[in-house]
Amino acid sequence: MTAAPKIAVAGLHKSFGAKKVLRGVDLSVGTGESVVVIGGSGSGKSVLIKCILGLLRPEGGSILVDGQETVGLTGRDREKMRRPFGMLFQGSALFDSLPVWENVAFGLIQGERMPRRQAKEIALNKLAAVGLEAPVGELYPAELSGGMQKRVALARAIAKEPAVIFFDEPTTGLDPIMSDVINKLIVKCVRDLGATAVSITHDMVSARHIADRIAMIHEGRIVWSGPAAEIDNSGNPYVDQFIHGRAEGPISMPVRSL
Amino acid sequence: MTNVLQPIGAAVLNGLEQIGRIALFALEAIALAFRRPFYVRLIGRQLIDIGYYSLPVVGLTAIFTGMVLVLQSYTGFSRFNAESAIPNVVVISLTRELGPVLAGLMVAGRIGAAMAAEIGTMRVTEQIDALSTLSTNPIKYLVVPRLIAGLISLPFLVAIADIIGVFGGYVIAVYKLGFNSAVYLRNTIDFVTDLDVVSGLVKAAVFGFVITLMGCYQGYHSRGGAQGVGAATTNAVVSASIMILVLNYFLTEVFFSR
Repeated sequence: MTAAPKIAVAGLHKSFGAKKVLRGVDLSVGTGESVVVIGGSGSGKSVLIKCILGLLRPEGGSILVDGQETVGLTGRDREKMRRPFGMLFQGSALFDSLPVWENVAFGLIQGERMPRRQAKEIALNKLAAVGLEAPVGELYPAELSGGMQKRVALARAIAKEPAVIFFDEPTTGLDPIMSDVINKLIVKCVRDLGATAVSITHDMVSARHIADRIAMIHEGRIVWSGPAAEIDNSGNPYVDQFIHGRAEGPISMPVRSL
Repeated sequence: MTNVLQPIGAAVLNGLEQIGRIALFALEAIALAFRRPFYVRLIGRQLIDIGYYSLPVVGLTAIFTGMVLVLQSYTGFSRFNAESAIPNVVVISLTRELGPVLAGLMVAGRIGAAMAAEIGTMRVTEQIDALSTLSTNPIKYLVVPRLIAGLISLPFLVAIADIIGVFGGYVIAVYKLGFNSAVYLRNTIDFVTDLDVVSGLVKAAVFGFVITLMGCYQGYHSRGGAQGVGAATTNAVVSASIMILVLNYFLTEVFFSR
């Protein structure tokens, strides 16, 4: 980990109406590091990523990217700040009106004004990198299985060779084998690009696979963070409960008897 | 007393807020329309969708409206021996009012709903967020081409509707009610003025903008899965239809009351 973090989040607050989702998140991600944020459903993981990407506007706190404040950026400054970012969405979020190759090439054609033929060549390369052959490029997203869609979405996220890639629940909804394939692809892509990676997941297998460092979020705050290898002896009751998947512990799910 | 007034005040404030939001949304889209890149392909596709594929619906509406107009005015006017005024009444009501309003309402049902559903689905499946992460402004990519296409195609549709409607009236007048063909056409052409036609086409352009604006706005701001998209679709059609009827009155006042 280098001295200046790639992304430094401090005191981040975000609420929706009366519901406070983030209550002062502090998180720093070093250049080239892979950080996985774990936490239960509704703990604010997705909101955290969307604030960093500028898709949601936080009420308070700061987000530094390469030392530059990004909270409150608008218009072209926001677009410029987002350019070195790539994102893999939970539901893949492929554009269903476009064939697969155009989905992958979208950022190159629309964002960087690259000629279509050249962009298609790169798109087919990226598809090959995630194990999909050229004929798949001509299909539409609706014709693919969930696992294939995820791989196309991964190819799209890495097409612009971003410096930072965000992964939102990359293995949710996939079978264990496909999950392993996606995890391996993520590790390989991040390594090949030398990119910084920020992932959120509640899948511990995936988290152990991808992470250099793991941070646990609970009720809008980071309650623990440390190297992935130390997750089993964190000594933190929240982390212990989460990684062992126990219903009893400090994280309580109030259930009324029937 | 406050118990009675409070909900009314809240509804009024809410309504004003909505109007403000829609106006800001429209202004943002208009500002972006003059910024590169220009999505000519997308505008072309929307022109075909809005203009070309609405032709059957608008044509059928126009022809039957023209036919029934002649039939009704004949039963009324024949009591006063004023049958000769029928061609004037038909052509003026069609070009000034019925052409733009009925075409507008039909297109609002066809296009406004489709746009709200498509953009709404893109919103809830995170495709709009994905556009942002691929260096593409979603308003510029999704909304601007639709607004431009609506603005251009509605006047053409209404011009065609005017012609088809007058033709429908002519057929009933000549073949059912025994009007002299040459006299009917003479009266039609002599009495219609440029202002009649132009005012109708201006209305059409405004309606085209309103229909696409409401479709895009409602879709863009939809939330909450399938139900949210359904609500957005309904709101798009209802709000566009009401705005068409209200604006129709004020535009008529601008053109004809002096």
